[in-house]
Order: sequence, then C-alpha cells, then structure tokens
Amino acid sequence: MMRVYWQILRNEFKTLLRAKWVLGYGLIFLLLTDTLFRFAGGGTEVWVSVSNIMLLLIPIISLIYGLLYIYQSRDYLELLLTQPVNRSTLFWGLYTGISAPLTVAFIVGSALPLVWHGGLTEGTASQLFLVLTLGSVLTFIFVGLGFVMGLWFYDDKIKGFGFSIIIWLFMAIIYDGLIMVVIFLFGDYPLETGIIAVTMLNPLDLARILILMEFDISSLMGYTGAVFNQFFGTSLGTIASLAMLSLWLVIPSWMGLRVFKKKDF
Amino acid sequence: MIQINQLTKTFGQLKVLNDLTLEIPDGQATGIVGPNGAGKTTFIKTLLGLVKPDSGDITISGIHLNGNYDYRRNIGYMPQQARYPEQMIVSDLLDFIEDLRGEEAIYKQNLINEFNLQPELHKQLRVLSGGNKQKVGATLGMMFNPRILFFDEPTAGLDPRSSFIFKERIQKENNAGKTVLITSHIMSELEQLVDHVIFILEGDIKYYGRIDKLLKENRQERLEGAIAKLMEEPIQ
Repeated sequence: MMRVYWQILRNEFKTLLRAKWVLGYGLIFLLLTDTLFRFAGGGTEVWVSVSNIMLLLIPIISLIYGLLYIYQSRDYLELLLTQPVNRSTLFWGLYTGISAPLTVAFIVGSALPLVWHGGLTEGTASQLFLVLTLGSVLTFIFVGLGFVMGLWFYDDKIKGFGFSIIIWLFMAIIYDGLIMVVIFLFGDYPLETGIIAVTMLNPLDLARILILMEFDISSLMGYTGAVFNQFFGTSLGTIASLAMLSLWLVIPSWMGLRVFKKKDF
Repeated sequence: MIQINQLTKTFGQLKVLNDLTLEIPDGQATGIVGPNGAGKTTFIKTLLGLVKPDSGDITISGIHLNGNYDYRRNIGYMPQQARYPEQMIVSDLLDFIEDLRGEEAIYKQNLINEFNLQPELHKQLRVLSGGNKQKVGATLGMMFNPRILFFDEPTAGLDPRSSFIFKERIQKENNAGKTVLITSHIMSELEQLVDHVIFILEGDIKYYGRIDKLLKENRQERLEGAIAKLMEEPIQ
C-alpha cells in the first residue's frame, strides 16, 4: 500500500516538474520576495507583503489547479483505477502528489532569496515560519476543494468552474463583506466574540488574522484588534485557530476521498 | 470464469444495466454488441470496478467483487480512447505502471516490437498520433499477460496494418487460453475474433450465445444481418 502511494506521489512530482509551469509558479514567489527585499530592505515588511500576495494567489491557483487536474486526467484516472490498487491509496497519492509540488514551489520560491539577501533575524524567523506554514496549509485546503468540485461536477465542467470561482470569491471577498455589513448594521452591540467565531469558519480569514496577530498590525485595528489580540494572543486562541485550520485541512480531503471512493468513472 | 448475477445500474433516470445475469467461461472469446448507449462500456467498466453497480454481484475467477481490488491483477483493459498525461514520456508511463503494480511486464518488449512502438518510446504522449496512443493502450492492457482481456472498441483508431497486427495478437492470446471480451461496432471484425456474442439493448441482454447459432436462427450469412434483425424486433 505504502509502495503504491509513493509510486503515485513520485510520478506526480515528475510529471508536474516536467510541466514547468510549477517552476513558473515558484518563480513568481521568488521574484516577489527578491523584489521586496530590494525595495523594502528586508525584515517584517517583506513578509507582510508576501503574505498578502500569498493570501490572494494561493487559494485561486490551488483551487483551479485541483479542478483542472481532475478534468484533464479522466482517462489517466481510469487507467490507474483499472490497476490492482486501492481507491483510497490512489486518492491520497494524487492529492498529495498535486499539493506537495505546489507547496514546495511556494516555499522554495519565497524563501530562496534569503540565501543571497540574508535577512533572517530572530524577529523575522517566526514570521517567515508562519507565512510559509499558512501558505502550505492553504495550498492543501484549496487543492482539496478543487478535487471535490472536479469530482462532484465530473461531467459538467462549466458548473465545476463556476462553483469553484464562487467558492473563491465567497471566501476571499464576499465573506468579509458580509462581516462588514453585520458590523455596520449591529455596531451598537458587542459583536466581537461572534465575529471571532465567524472569522474562524473561513480559512482565509483565519490565516489573515493569524498574520495580523503575528505582525502586530492588530494595534492598528483599535478596539476590535485588541479584542482579537486578547483571544488569538492567548494559548486558547492559538489552539483554537490551529484546530480550525486542521479541521479545514481535513474536511475537503475527506470529502474528496468519499466522493472518489463512490464515484463511477 | 466471470459470473454476473442480477446486475443493475442506473444513471439518474436511465437504466443502463437491467438485471443482467450471465456467465462467461474461461478461455471464451466474446463480443459485446449493441447500439450506442446500450450499456456496453458500462458493462465492462462494472466488471473492472470503475462503475459501482446499484445491485447484483460479480465474481471473477472465484473472487467476489466487493470493494476488492487485487482481482484486477488478472485483467487487462484497453479503453476506447486513451489520453494519458500529455507531458509523460511513453517509456516512463510503461515503467510507472510496472512500478505501481510491483510486477514485471513480461510482454512489454514483445508488444513494443509487435506494434512497432520502439521509435515512439522516448516521445511525449502529446505528440503521439491517435493510432500510436491506441497501441500504447493495447500494450498497457496486455503487457502483464493477464488471464482476462477487455477491449473497448480497440481498432477504432488503428490503421489497417496495425489493426491487422492487433487482431492477430488477440487471436493468439485467445488461443493461449485467455478470456477475451471485446466491444465493437465492426461486425466483420467480431466475426474474425470471437465465437460468442452478447447483444445488449437498452440494458437488457437480447442474445447471448454462439455466433453460428445466432446466424442459423435468423437465417443470416453475416453477423451484421443477424444483429440488424434482432434490433428490428420489438422490445418486450
């Protein structure tokens, strides 16, 4: 079983690297960090900017890539499924085989400029770690969502793309908009606890807040920032956000696995 | 031996396989015919575990298919159209499937020579012609020397020479005692390759038996005529 898994994983790595665009994806982050180092001079500013771009790019690219992979590999999936392999093993092999190279491209691309710019000080090490970890987790989450969409709308690509874009729009933009509306309408009430709970339901918001906390930008957010800090700054907050992120890691892949195991190909 | 018992599959409202019960003995060469959308491909895919039946059961070589996957070691399958990862190199694909199964493909070189794939081996799959992709598909299906072979419209994209080589190969496999199952729209081809035929119409088996018997019953010289006649009969 493990052998089969590694074979699939290795093959996906090979195929993706040959496709070259993954290298391009890594290159984007490399150029980004490098440029930021040159202009912002290193330190916190670099990683704040990287995290902003990452929060924008990673979800949409991972989502679309996961979706496209399913659509482009239909016959290949058939070939693999007719081999004496277990569907679960196959699923994990493909899922991690797609997510891992993207993650590696992101990590290497973002961190490589450190080699010639130096700039890794004690203060920025934990920031760098957080940005890279969140980027990796988001890659896995959104590739998983892409897989789910692709498997769900296996024969209806338009719907698959449509719903994927909606998911992304919702999580990246609309969700925050709705929170703003709620805050605007019910600003007279003590909403902070509720808002904390609601933000934790969206992995992008969760990532954004963790970054805000780490970079101490929360002080710019006045009272809300203080409330956020009070919660996310504590060990309970850390544990809760880690738990929510792990849950977000598990849910799409688990759903994907379930659909994959039952699906008629 | 392939035993199928009350196999039923519906896609939404459409009943694709309707309570099929049949037995295919070892070593038999069987053609599956029927109009487009009759359920031929679904039938083969169900045997392969690609499609999960709603009810009924399938036993292949004594193994009951129930989430089981190792039985596929005995089955070679060549799909209707073969599109593989475009960037992949032919020899890498063959090697990968070998590694995946942890099994030596004993007929690999033999099939590569027979299908004249040697010059294509180091090319990416996307630059291969449709016919050559078919040949790669056929190689993948047969290279592990499985006891049971499924071919879905195998010669559709092949030129006459490749088609001839391919058919000779199937006959050889069948003579060696392999169970062969072929779907095709080319009746003359089936006459050459198989002696039994399953005629599926709207998910039901309209006929299953020897071809010569079918010809005699319908007073036809050729399979094509006999099948055409069967199709004209009103559906009960």
